[in-house]
Order: sequence, then structure tokens, then C-alpha cells
Amino acid sequence: MRNVYLVTAFLVVLTLSILGLRGTLFVKAPMDVFPEWIFPGMKYQSKLKPQAQSKFFADGRADRPLPAGVVPAAYGPAGQPLRNDDARYAGKDADGDFVARIPAAVKVDMQFLEHGRDRYVIYCAPCHGALGDGQGITKQYGMGATPTFHDDRLRQMADGEIFNTLTHGKGNMLSYADKLTPDDRWAVVAYVRALQRAQAGSVSDVPLVNKPELGL
Amino acid sequence: MSKLFPKSANKLPLQIIVFLFVFGGIATAGVTYYMTPKYTRVGYAPVQPVPFSHALHAGQLGLDCRYCHSNVDKSGHANVPTAQTCMNCHNQVKVDSPLLAAVRQSYETGEPLPWVKIHQLPDHAYFNHAVHVNRGVSCVECHGKINEMEVVTHTQPLSMGWCLDCHRNPETRVREPGDIYNLNSPTIAEKSGIEAGIKFVHDWNIKPPQSCSGCHR
Repeated sequence: MRNVYLVTAFLVVLTLSILGLRGTLFVKAPMDVFPEWIFPGMKYQSKLKPQAQSKFFADGRADRPLPAGVVPAAYGPAGQPLRNDDARYAGKDADGDFVARIPAAVKVDMQFLEHGRDRYVIYCAPCHGALGDGQGITKQYGMGATPTFHDDRLRQMADGEIFNTLTHGKGNMLSYADKLTPDDRWAVVAYVRALQRAQAGSVSDVPLVNKPELGL
Repeated sequence: MSKLFPKSANKLPLQIIVFLFVFGGIATAGVTYYMTPKYTRVGYAPVQPVPFSHALHAGQLGLDCRYCHSNVDKSGHANVPTAQTCMNCHNQVKVDSPLLAAVRQSYETGEPLPWVKIHQLPDHAYFNHAVHVNRGVSCVECHGKINEMEVVTHTQPLSMGWCLDCHRNPETRVREPGDIYNLNSPTIAEKSGIEAGIKFVHDWNIKPPQSCSGCHR
């Protein structure tokens, strides 16, 4: 009987030394302890998941690239019609010039500005800086010259041109159209205008009630 | 008639029963310890095609999670970024780095990078990222402190029991909306006490489903 217990103890030590403890780092694909051939379930279904692999298509992707010449009809927020409003979706007027102001179809209010700030901080601030002065964190890592928003060229730039830059990129800046919907882009334009106004502020802009707080 | 069995054989049935109990106990302990995602998945840190460091990009640079995973707050699926997202900076930063050769090639050819998926739910579980991050559940709850990882590692078991822990007691895990993408932030309960957590769950109308069809369909 003693031998049986010794063999059991040996097996326990063997298992522990082969399988190790929980939480140990490993690089091989996790093992499936309830494999489908013993426990048939629905763990692996013949469906396509986003950005996943597919054995069906020759290029191995589940996400299908658009065939050549296809125009996305309802791209963006659900239910959005075909984009036939150039001012809103391209920042251009009927003559093809950039619109000077954010189109009236886009409602600019405080909530919209806050949304613009939110998007600006995520997508723009790493290079353009939280103040829009071109001193983002990436500059320390070798990012090229990023223009400040606070000069006359950018203060007088048409809203539509900023929108166009966000959509198509410019110079070294690539397009952000995949990250910002058209309305997101207008929100960022509005927030950039707010940043420009804030940096051009003076003492006379401070409301009378707030002056004592600042010792003015 | 000669004795076929020695006298000690009288104890044998009892000894066998005792051994079976001991062995059964050890086997149960082994299955409990090993046949669970706490063992099979936690610690999974595969080698990726590009040695991307979240510790550098999300931690040191402070990039928001959404800079790359841009659809996480709009879609059920938190997207892996396009090569163009990398090139937003890497067309100017470390342009000749051999480590980024695969990214540059992907950007030029349009062939996707073969990133290895780490957090993988079974196909019968439907998890929606947007619903969670827009209702107070931070990335860190399921993915751990990604912002400190050189190599992304599976830190939570993502088992059904583990999901239900939070679905039964959301007040202990929710964060302020502004803290969702700050992986170092405390939960509301840690910051202002459990009553504040309960109030947040009530005010934000957070009703995590515990029925089967909440996640399985």
C-alpha cells in the first residue's frame, strides 16, 4: 500500500512540475481543456467576426475590402442618408470654395464644444498640444514641425479648410476621417476656434464678477 | 485447506476505499486548479508581429486608448488600429526602424498585420465594448493595467463566473465617465465609498443582465 501512495505522490509532483502554477507567463496559444470533439458546444461557430480570420476567402480576412468603385451610401451614424450636402460633408460650397463658417445644419452649442474638446484631446493633442501651440508630447520623440494655431494664417483660415485637412490630411498629417465622423470633425473645428479665442484673450475679456478672484 | 490470503488481506478493502477517497480528492483539486481559464488563459502573452509597447505609447506618452482603438465607445468590437494609425506618427518618428518594417509594408500594400488576439471569448458569448465603457466600466477591469505592459498579457480569467461577479455587484467596479480611459484611476467605491457607487449605478440606470440571453443568444 505504501508503494501506491508513493506513486501517487510522484504523480502529483510530476503534474505540478509540468503544468506549473496559475498566472505564469506563456506565449503558446492557450490550451482548450474542453475541446470540441469531446464536448461539442458552440464555442467555435462558422460565422465571421470583425477583424477576424476566415478560411473561406483567399486573402484570409473576414472583413471584406470594398470592391473598386463602390460608394458607401450610409456610412457614419445609422440612418444617415447619402452625403449630398457638400458644405457639411466636404466643407465646400457650391463653387468648390471652402465654407467660411461651420454649416448651419450643424448645431453648435456647449455640448457640441465639449464633444469637440473630447475628440481634440484624444486625436489632436498628442501632436498639436493641449493648447494648440504645436508642442504636443510627440515633439520630444522626433515629430516634425507642427504649426501653432495661434498665428494669423490659421486664425483666418476658413472653417471648411480645417475640416478638409481633418478629412484628407495635409503635408505630414494623414487623414483622420476614419476616426472622426463629419460631425466630430466640425466639433473639433469649433474647439480649435475656442482654443484660438482663448489664447487671444486679454484682461478685458474677464467678466467683472470674476476679476476679484484673479486680483484684478 | 491451505490459506490462500495472508491475514493482512482482511484490511485491504478498507485501505482501497481510503486510497480512492484520497486519490479522488487530489484529482478534484487538480481539475479545480488547472481546468479553468485562471490557469489556461491568465498569463498568455503571445509574441506579436510588431513589438508594440503599450507601456511606452499609453503609459509614457499618455495617448488615449481611443487614439488607436477608436471605435471602442461606438461599437461592440474594439478595433485593432489600421497601419495608417501607426503611420500618423511613424511617418516621421523612427522612420527607418527595422522593428516597424512590417507596419510600413502593411501601410503600403494594404495587407493587414497578423496581430495575435489575446482576449478571446467563445463564439456563443456576445460582449459589447461600447455598452461597457459608456456605462462606467473601465478598460482596466477586464484587460488589467495595459498602460504598464511592455507585452500585453492576459490578466483576468474572463470566465462566466468572473463576468457575473461584476454583473451582480456593479457598484464596486464602476468609474466616473471621465476616468474610464485612465487606467490608474480609482473606482467610485474606492474614491468616495460604496454608497457613491450604489448612487452612480442607480443614477446611470446600470442594470447588468444576469439572465442567459443577456450575453448568449
